[in-house]
Amino acid sequence: MTPTRKRRLIALLLILAGVGVASTVAFYSLQENMLYFQSPSDLSMQPIPPGRQFRLGGLVKPGTVTRAQDGLATRFVVTDGPKDVTVEYVGILPDLFREGQGVIARGALDGSGLFAASEVLAKHDENYMPPEVADALEKSGHVSPTADGG
Amino acid sequence: MNTNIAVKDKPRKNALVMFIHKMGSPPWFYDFTGKLIPWIWLIFGVLTSWGLYLGLVKAPADYLQGESFRIMYIHVPSAWMSMLIYTSMAVMGFIALVWRVRMMEILAMSSAPVGAAFTLVALVTGSLWGRPTWGTYWVWDARLTSELVLLFLYLGVMGLYSAIDEPRKAARAACLLALVGAVNLPIIHYSVKWWNTLHQGSSISLTGGSNIDPSMLWPLLIMAIAVKFYYAANLLTRARVRLLEQDLRKGWVQNLVRERSK
Repeated sequence: MTPTRKRRLIALLLILAGVGVASTVAFYSLQENMLYFQSPSDLSMQPIPPGRQFRLGGLVKPGTVTRAQDGLATRFVVTDGPKDVTVEYVGILPDLFREGQGVIARGALDGSGLFAASEVLAKHDENYMPPEVADALEKSGHVSPTADGG
Repeated sequence: MNTNIAVKDKPRKNALVMFIHKMGSPPWFYDFTGKLIPWIWLIFGVLTSWGLYLGLVKAPADYLQGESFRIMYIHVPSAWMSMLIYTSMAVMGFIALVWRVRMMEILAMSSAPVGAAFTLVALVTGSLWGRPTWGTYWVWDARLTSELVLLFLYLGVMGLYSAIDEPRKAARAACLLALVGAVNLPIIHYSVKWWNTLHQGSSISLTGGSNIDPSMLWPLLIMAIAVKFYYAANLLTRARVRLLEQDLRKGWVQNLVRERSK
């Protein structure tokens, strides 16, 4: 390798190392803000004051979905295992919404600890399978494939 | 420069090194790729029709998403290509910057529009899938945002390249931008691991098991290989055109024109 090429190589590697270090530092400091949603456990560790908007993410706890007799109001519990938060939402839920499904709700807590959502998105997990396989998994006693994703 | 190396070194080089040296010579490159490209298109055509047939007709519907999951046969290969092409552009840019190989500059710069197209396809198909599945076309989570940044990086490289008149200077500036922008690649890849995102994690991993049923996985892998041939054919075609443009007044192009017009 000629001296000029070596010099260019070193200069380029230094630039790359510099950019790499700078972006690593930047991303470490941004870590908190880069979180798209908070889990119920995050919430219990670092409470968010009522009225402030944020996104809550977790699984819909099976058996907790109740729909209002009149209107579109739905109430369900979002859980991440150790902690639960009750969510109330008025509106049309996405097709994928069901018990055990991962969801992300945007809204704010009211004074009583109820999360009033203005938007609910379904979070799809990374499992893809035909219906027969899903049935077989469920029958063989595996947890429903939707319940372990996240 | 290639001839210098060939003369300096022992005359008997191994076949691969000889091939790489030859590819650096414009007339040879032009001639060789001209013969190669139709075959690449042919393989692309066969693989794509096979992959799409398996994916859109043969593969079963998903237990949860129904038919809409089939968009992944376009979305996932495009998203992979958007990152692979950027990687290859950055590596070629690096070689171009250190060794000043003109052919590498041309190849790196010809990669950018192809990569930008794949990024756009990944973003649009993802958005169309997101509407029925998530309930929204777009969210600003880490995966989606970093992929959008990738599109802007491609556009930036293309813009910078065309903003400078002298092609070799332009290529050097744009290669440097491409190289610096490569920081974004690990961010895109790990975004779903490092942060909570709406986008799901990877279904396929090289090391661990995949979370896709085999009947759904095969068409995806075939499509992933097919798009690589598309990249190759498109890249080489673009590089040939760029080479002709730059060498318009050189002897080999004049000879070519004379031969063709006979």
